[in-house]
Amino acid sequence: MTDQAQADAWRDAIFDAFQDAGIAQVAYVPDAGHKRLIERTHAANGMRAMSVATEEDAVACLAGAWLGGQKGALLMQSSGVGNTINMLSLAKTCQFPLPMFITMRGEWGEFNSWQMQMGETTQAHLELSGVKCYRCETPEDVAETVRVAIDQAYNGNCQTAVLLAQKLVGTKKFSDGGLGDNKK
Amino acid sequence: MSTIETKPDGLIDRRTFVDHLVANRSDDLCIVAGLGSPCYDLKAAGDHPLNFYLYGAMGGAVPMAMGLAAAQPEKRVMALTGDGEVLMGLTGLAAAGAEGLENLIVIVLDNERYGETGQQTTHTARGVNLAQTAIGLGYRAIRDIKTQDEAAELHDWIKTVQGPACAVVKISAEAAGMALPPQDGVYLKHRFRERLLGVQPR
Repeated sequence: MTDQAQADAWRDAIFDAFQDAGIAQVAYVPDAGHKRLIERTHAANGMRAMSVATEEDAVACLAGAWLGGQKGALLMQSSGVGNTINMLSLAKTCQFPLPMFITMRGEWGEFNSWQMQMGETTQAHLELSGVKCYRCETPEDVAETVRVAIDQAYNGNCQTAVLLAQKLVGTKKFSDGGLGDNKK
Repeated sequence: MSTIETKPDGLIDRRTFVDHLVANRSDDLCIVAGLGSPCYDLKAAGDHPLNFYLYGAMGGAVPMAMGLAAAQPEKRVMALTGDGEVLMGLTGLAAAGAEGLENLIVIVLDNERYGETGQQTTHTARGVNLAQTAIGLGYRAIRDIKTQDEAAELHDWIKTVQGPACAVVKISAEAAGMALPPQDGVYLKHRFRERLLGVQPR
């Protein structure tokens, strides 16, 4: 498999898991690492991509979706986790199921020093907020981990996060216009 | 249905306004109320399984109503909120405008104050106009309400308006007292889903 095919394959595995689980709303703040998944979500029948401008709105949106009988998933970058902290109290207090899929910055090969602080503390922030975290380091990890995170959230009425490691997602560089390994 | 009253300052009384707004509500109306006085107003008007009250999560009422409205296109979904909460969650107001949901209605009770924290003024007391903001955020139907007669029209408006709709109602800053709805979020969630979807907690 070429590198590009492999990069597409694990993103498609997330999409397939969403479809199999009956995810109907995908709320997101864009990230280059989620570009392909966001595009597939927008194009999918029976799935609504909900574009929000800040991540806490996605948490509230998906609580509303569940109140209305629809399953949701949240896509964001690790820097967005900081924006969700107070709104996660809505999910926690009311036991709204919430699976989150987070592309990591501030770790493997990070070129932007401003991304380090939030990236290095993302998992700790989530765990302090009561979110169960699973890391994916390799393409082979992704499909099963995503399914586990969705099932656990919806079977347990709890909040889960899959942290997609920067080594897996690809490293962004200013020199290539910022698209890095995600330029497709 | 009660008559909408005014306070000595000449502005609309929030409690009788909300009572009038949701009087004889239809079965297809779902309401997400923002934290603080909007929750008390809605509870005072009559508790209902399709009321979801926020006791925290400030800024969440509108985006939560957005997710609910997208999930339930055949129902009418109202976010009942205040100026303080909307100012914290302007991004949510924008997202809901951009999403273009025809069944979404936002009612902003604008007293120009943070009522829960000591009546400090909000931006709306200093020139920020939320009805004008809603125009810029893509809302299709907008009401900028200042009088009792205008406010009384909202009772029928919420049943027929094509959203995304936003009404900003200038209300008196005079506090109306607490009417506390149930605080248990898990209970509120289950009773809402049971009434709306017919599903029991597992």
